[in-house]
Amino acid sequence: MAELSLIEALRAGIDESMAADERVFVFGEDVGKRGGVFRVTEGLQAKYGPWRVIDSPLAEGVIVGACTGAAMSGMRPIAEIQFADFIWPAMNQIVSETARIAYRSNGDWNVPLVIRAPYGGGIHGALYHSQSVEAFFAHVPGLKVVVPATPYDVKGLIKSAIADPDPVMFFEHKKTYRLIKGEVPDGDYSVPIGKADIKREGDDLTVITYGLMLHYALEAAEQLAQTDGLNIEVLDLRTVRPLDTEMIFNSVRKTGKVLIVHEDNLTGGIGGELAALIAEHAFEYLDGPIMRLAGPDVPAMPFAATLEEAFMPSPERIAAKIRELAAY
Amino acid sequence: MALEFKMPKLGESVTEGTIGRWLKQPGEELEQYEPMLEVTTDKVDTEVSAPINGTLLEILVPEGETVAVGTVIARLADSDEVASTGASNGATPAASAAPAQGGPANKAPISPAVARLAAEHAIDLRQVPGTGAGGRISKKDIEAFVAARKAGQASSAQPAAATTSPDATPDSTLATAATREVEAELHQALQSGPEALAQADAAAAMKQPQPASGDTFSTAQPKAPAAATLGPDDELVPLSPMRRAIADHMVRSKRTAPHVTTVMEADLSRVVAHRERHKGDFERQGVKLTFTPYFVQAVVAGLQAVPIVNASFGDDGIVMHQRLNIGVAVAIPDGLIVPVIKDADEKSLLGLARAVNDLAERARSRRLQADDTQGGTFTITNHGVSGSLFAMPIINQPQSAILGVGAMQKRVVVVSENGLDALAIRPMCYLSLTFDHRLIDGATADSFLGQVKRTLEQFQ
Repeated sequence: MAELSLIEALRAGIDESMAADERVFVFGEDVGKRGGVFRVTEGLQAKYGPWRVIDSPLAEGVIVGACTGAAMSGMRPIAEIQFADFIWPAMNQIVSETARIAYRSNGDWNVPLVIRAPYGGGIHGALYHSQSVEAFFAHVPGLKVVVPATPYDVKGLIKSAIADPDPVMFFEHKKTYRLIKGEVPDGDYSVPIGKADIKREGDDLTVITYGLMLHYALEAAEQLAQTDGLNIEVLDLRTVRPLDTEMIFNSVRKTGKVLIVHEDNLTGGIGGELAALIAEHAFEYLDGPIMRLAGPDVPAMPFAATLEEAFMPSPERIAAKIRELAAY
Repeated sequence: MALEFKMPKLGESVTEGTIGRWLKQPGEELEQYEPMLEVTTDKVDTEVSAPINGTLLEILVPEGETVAVGTVIARLADSDEVASTGASNGATPAASAAPAQGGPANKAPISPAVARLAAEHAIDLRQVPGTGAGGRISKKDIEAFVAARKAGQASSAQPAAATTSPDATPDSTLATAATREVEAELHQALQSGPEALAQADAAAAMKQPQPASGDTFSTAQPKAPAAATLGPDDELVPLSPMRRAIADHMVRSKRTAPHVTTVMEADLSRVVAHRERHKGDFERQGVKLTFTPYFVQAVVAGLQAVPIVNASFGDDGIVMHQRLNIGVAVAIPDGLIVPVIKDADEKSLLGLARAVNDLAERARSRRLQADDTQGGTFTITNHGVSGSLFAMPIINQPQSAILGVGAMQKRVVVVSENGLDALAIRPMCYLSLTFDHRLIDGATADSFLGQVKRTLEQFQ
C-alpha cells in the first residue's frame, strides 16, 4: 500500500496491465518519447518499447480508427486523446463504428478498446483544454463511460476497462491528476465498471456526483457537518454509463433528497438522466425536488480567471445548494 | 389586499397550537389588542389579540385544529383598506385565498416520501408540525413524530389523580401535563367523529393502519374500539381538548405504571400554628399563605432524603432528576391543570407561597405559558380541598409518584408524652402516596412519606 497521486495510480494500472498482457498497447499523441503531455505514460516506452507505446500523428480519427481495427483483430489498445476537447475528429469513428461493431455483427466482432482522455476545467485551460464531454458519449448505446475520481478507483477501473470486451470511454479530470492523492494497494485489483461508491455516508441528503466535483462535494459535506450539523451522503458514480441505479435508488430511499453536481453544463447533462430515473423509480421516497448544480449553459470554459471561477461549481456553491435543499 | 395572520409562538418550546375558539367571525370588526381567538397549546389556553384595527376577512383554520407555529390561520383587512378599497399600505398580500373550513391547515406541499410514510404509519398530517420551508412537513418531521409516538406508547403517558371538584379552590386536585404527541393523537380521535369519542385508547388504535381516504392529509383514521351508543334521550357532549387529554393521560398512566398507594396520617398542629402566626406577615407582602407551600416544602425534604422518588423509569435505566420541580394540580372549570414550581428546593416558604399564588391565579385566568406546565418531576394533588379524606391519585407520567393531600380534620388522637398516654384533639390529615412500583418499592415509598410526615409534624 502506497500513497499515490491519481496520475501515478493510473500509470501503475496501465503498466501492470501491459506487463500482464502483451496485447495491451498505447497509441496517442506524444505518449511515447515524451510520456504524454501529462506524463501518464512516462517511462512506459522505455520499458515496453516503441511498438507498445506508439506516438500517433495529430489525427484523432486515425487514433480511434486504428485502435478500433486493432481491437477487432485481437489486440487490447489504449487510445489516448491528449485533451477531451480534441476528441471531436474521432466522433464519427467512436459513435458510428466503435460503439456499433458488436451490434452490427450480431456479436461476431467486439471492440475491447479503451479511449482515455483528460477532461475538465479549473486549470486555466480556457476553451480548448477544459471541456467536459462525458454526456455526449453517455448518450451512445454501445459505449461504457467511466469517470474515476480517486487514485484507488482510477487504477482499479483502468484495469477493468482494459479487460472489458467492449469499448470504454475513460475520462480523467486533469485537475485531479496531481491534486488528489490516496492509498493504492500494490499489485493487481480491479474496480468493476458500472458500480458507484458511497464516499461518505449520511442520512440528511444525497449528493450524486463524479470526477473533480466528488472532492468538492466531500469538502462541502465536511464543512456542513461542522457548521450546520448536516449529515450528507456523497455518492460517487464512478461510471456514468451504465449507471448504478441500485445504489442510487437505495441512497435516495434513505435520504429522500437529492442534489446532483457536475461540472459539465446543465442542459442534457448526466444530471438530467439521473433526475428522470430517480423520479421514475424512487418517486415515493422523495422528500424534496431533485436539484442540480452544474456548469452554466455557456459555449465553453472562459479564459479569464474570474469567469472560469464563475463557471466551476465550488465547495461553497455546493454547500449553499445543499443548505437550500436540506431546509426544504 | 389582506394581511396574513399566523399562528403565534406561545412559548419557548412550543411548535404548534390548537385553535380553541374563534372569538371573532368573518366580517366582524377588529380592534387592536382586542381578543380575536383562543389558542390551546398543550394544556395552556391563551387569548390572542387582533394585531390591527380592521376586519376579520376569513378564517383559514377551524376550531379544534392543530397547526404549526407560523401557519397562516386567518386573513385580516386593515381598517384603512376597508375604507378605501385596494389601497396599499405595505401589508403582505395573502398568498392563498382558499378558505379551509375543515380542510388541511398546512398549505405547504406534501412530498411523496411524506405521503407514503403517513399512509404506512396511519398518520393524520394535520397533527405533524412542519419544520421545512414555509412550514412544510419534511420526512424528518414525520419520522420524529412516529418515533415520539412510539416512545410515548412505550413509556410515557399522562397525569393523574383522584377526585376533582369544579368549584375547588386554586391549589386543589389532579394532574396533567400533556405531551404534544399525546394531544395530537387525541385530536385525531376527535377528527374521526363520534364513534371515536368513546375509545378508551387512542394510542392503541393508532397502530391499526386504515385504508387511505381521498384526503391526502388524513390518509388514515384511528379505528375506534367501541362506539358511543346514543339513545334517543341521550345527548352527546363533545369532548373539549382538555377533557380528551385528561382521559387519555389517565388511561396511559394506569397502563404504563403499576400503581401502588400507601397512606400515612400527619398531625398538622405545628403547620397550623405556623400559618396562624405568619399569614398576617405574608399578607402584608401581598402573598396569601395557604397550606400548599408547607406540603411543597415537606415534599422537597422527602425528595432530598429519598431521591429515587424524583426519578423516571425508562427501559434503558432510571432517570434521576437533579432539579426538584414540583407540580401542583389546580382545578379549573372544565378540567384541571398542573403548573410546575421550578426548583422548589431553592425557594423559601415565602417564595413558594408566591409561586403557588401566581401559578394558581394564572391557571384559573388561563394565562399560563406552555412552559409553566412542563418539566415537573413530582406532583402534589390537594384533593382534600373538596372534602376528600383520602384518595389514590394516578401518577403524572413520566414521574414516579404523586402525593395526595386529604382534608384536614380535627380528630381525637392518642398522644404519648413522658410515658403517659392522653387523648388530644389535633388537626389531622391523610397523606396518600401513589408510586410506580417499577422503580420504587414499598419500604422506599414509606421512607419518603415518613420524611414528609415528620417535616410537617416538626415544622418550625
